[in-house]
Amino acid sequence: MTNLVEIRNLRVQAKTDADRTVDIIRDVSFDIAEGEIVALIGESGSGKTTIALTLMGHTRPGCRISGGSVLLGGRDMAALPQKALARLRGTEVAYVPQSAAAAFNPAQTIMDQVIEIVRIHGLMSTEAARAKALSLFRALALPDPDGIGARYPHQVSGGQLQRLSAAMALIGDPRLVIFDEPTTALDVTTQIEVLRAFKSVMKTGGLTGVYVSHDLAVVAQIADRIVVLKGGEVQEIGTTAQILEHPAHPYTQQLVAAFKPATRSKTVAVDTVKRQPLLEVRTLSAGYGPIQPNGRPLAMAVNAVDITLEHGQNLGIIGESGCGKSTLARAIAGILPPTDGHILLDGRELAPSARNRQREDLRKLQIVFQFADAALNPSKSIDDILARPLGFYHSMSKRDRDQRIDQLLDMVHLPRTVKFRRPSELSGGQKQRINLARALAADPKVILCDEITSALDTVVAAAIIDLLKELQRELGLSYIFISHDLSVVQAICDEIAVMYAGEKIEQIEPAAFGAAGGHPYSRLLHSSVPQLNPCWLDALEQDPELVNAFSKR
Amino acid sequence: MARFALSPRRLGYRFNAVGMIGLSVIVFWATVAVFAPLLIPYPIGDIVDYDYFGPMSAQFLLGTDYLGRDMLSRILMGARYTVGISLAAVALACFSGVALGMSAAVAGGWFDAILSRFLDALNSIPSKLFGLVVVAAVGSSMPVLVLTLAVIYTPGSYRFARALAVNINSMDFVTVARARGEKTLYLIGSEILPNILGPVLADLGLRFVFIVLLLSGLSFLGLGVQPPNADWGALVRENIGGLPFGAPAVMVPSLAIASLTISVNMLIDNLPVKIRDRSNG
Repeated sequence: MTNLVEIRNLRVQAKTDADRTVDIIRDVSFDIAEGEIVALIGESGSGKTTIALTLMGHTRPGCRISGGSVLLGGRDMAALPQKALARLRGTEVAYVPQSAAAAFNPAQTIMDQVIEIVRIHGLMSTEAARAKALSLFRALALPDPDGIGARYPHQVSGGQLQRLSAAMALIGDPRLVIFDEPTTALDVTTQIEVLRAFKSVMKTGGLTGVYVSHDLAVVAQIADRIVVLKGGEVQEIGTTAQILEHPAHPYTQQLVAAFKPATRSKTVAVDTVKRQPLLEVRTLSAGYGPIQPNGRPLAMAVNAVDITLEHGQNLGIIGESGCGKSTLARAIAGILPPTDGHILLDGRELAPSARNRQREDLRKLQIVFQFADAALNPSKSIDDILARPLGFYHSMSKRDRDQRIDQLLDMVHLPRTVKFRRPSELSGGQKQRINLARALAADPKVILCDEITSALDTVVAAAIIDLLKELQRELGLSYIFISHDLSVVQAICDEIAVMYAGEKIEQIEPAAFGAAGGHPYSRLLHSSVPQLNPCWLDALEQDPELVNAFSKR
Repeated sequence: MARFALSPRRLGYRFNAVGMIGLSVIVFWATVAVFAPLLIPYPIGDIVDYDYFGPMSAQFLLGTDYLGRDMLSRILMGARYTVGISLAAVALACFSGVALGMSAAVAGGWFDAILSRFLDALNSIPSKLFGLVVVAAVGSSMPVLVLTLAVIYTPGSYRFARALAVNINSMDFVTVARARGEKTLYLIGSEILPNILGPVLADLGLRFVFIVLLLSGLSFLGLGVQPPNADWGALVRENIGGLPFGAPAVMVPSLAIASLTISVNMLIDNLPVKIRDRSNG
């Protein structure tokens, strides 16, 4: 087989705002054979997207290709002028972005945008392009292929939009298709359908592809070979089977290991006496929008949910986006006052709104959010951020605060010197540790963790989970752990509550999750989580009725 | 590159040449405003030349005005009114606008609704007309001018600050502070203000320019600073008769207004930016 792509000693430089140049890609070389799908995998900042973009001869603003060559079908994309590149983009190489919603123009119909590439390059008549688009819609298993082109982007679901953006990329018959994290923003049950569609289109067309992702299990389903990247350098290149089964490089081993966290065994309560639960939520309802005549808000997000959390135990809440799990956390924390129901902490009833709660009650219940950087005030130093809850809840003096901040930073395994920095000067994992430290500063009994690992890379997320376990052992905390990621929840929780469309549908132990006796939706969710097995997607069989009933494709 | 001790780069800021030029012109006029009484060669009310609209000469560096008064002295003293009144007015307008805007964004609900509608109504009155009516009714004095200008420019500042604060208010770190039980004053002062300070300062610079222009406009119409004192706008008006002769008496105050407003714009468009990349010290 001939190589379609040959990358040799690629270097990409970026210029910082102090006019200092940094090598963000160092000496990367690899080949892609005709008809092969190669995955670029690595954590954020590893340069995987940057490398993928150089295949189109593109670098992001402030970056430039400073050395090496990127040969695509014998032409050096790194050296061609912009005009020549514009001719090749769409016809030789095409790009499927991470967020399809952001890639579509909301003011044009889908069909107009899908065939735009054909119009720009003058490849065929509009009729022929439409016919070709229809055949692509069918090949990508889109529902109502004849009618979907007339709709606007907001009228189709996220998974459909992602497949439509693949149709947009494929219409010019490119030789190379770049997929940039195309399923990262999708729910697991939706992801399966999109992955299947991509795989079948690529295989039947014999297309060459580059698949950028941080998710090893997703990559395992679609790629022939995997390039593992870290810090702009290639760590390891190998076939999918070799990388998964015999990872040679230590970083790859770490990556594979981080994927399979051990399932937590239920901790046995020390005293057998039936104790009062720590946190009890009874028939809680919450929603958004103006209050209707019946006393309920316009859009209900959480409907009569009961949960109970025992001392020293962890409860996982799992469900897909839009199931109301984050709203539940906000209602418990009093950020969004619930419209109905009761919240009892240590036997005391809490006011619906945080504004009316006792400071002592607020202290015992802390919340940590998904987006670590949005949860830290960018204009304050870490010192100030951690000092505030200490002063607010414990009225500590300046000297006590300084001591306690050092202790807190030790607890979350950060060097004490970070307290002089601002949040923007920390990495994503470090920021999430600061968020945890801020919650710990209050000496809480319960920490609500709202998707706290979802925005982090696999290896970093695994370290945060380990940290949570360690803190629990030392401080006797309880967590309510909200996530869409089943493996994370299984790793830390004693019980799992499954939510669907605002309701809790069952509460079970992690080991029993997805077992035959469970709720059908739990089974669907369980079977939809990608596994580190290249044959998983092909072998996966799901009951179509179940899928139709519960998934929002 | 040789670096001197107070170089902005050394302090961790990047500041370009255009911004520095703007800043130096502003500092120049501010110094002039402060030290004007010590600098003027002649008292501003005295008629010192027999000729009117006199040209530039060694005796009268910027010529003389329509009554034969020394132009240099009048411009130096005019800086006090133009820079002083405008600065006081812009400080008042931005302080009240920003404070109200942030409160409205954080409090929301009816407080926000009523305040917004009220200030929108105020905003809908044309600014020059409003200034004319107030000054004509109450009479022209320094406090009246400052207050009128401040009232005219508060709604704009309020709108701007509220729009910024609403965005910050929806960020998770504000939610965290709310969940912690923080009160409105802390939310405004500690969580929101530091994050909107940059744009608010830029807005303050812009508004300063508008106020200088409006004050000059009012003075041009005879409703601003009263004779024998004169701000730059008044200087242009009283010497407008010299325009056909190309008298410096009308050109120089115009240039002074232009130099101040343009340099404020140059500065706010090129405010020092904090360098985040600390790796090479």
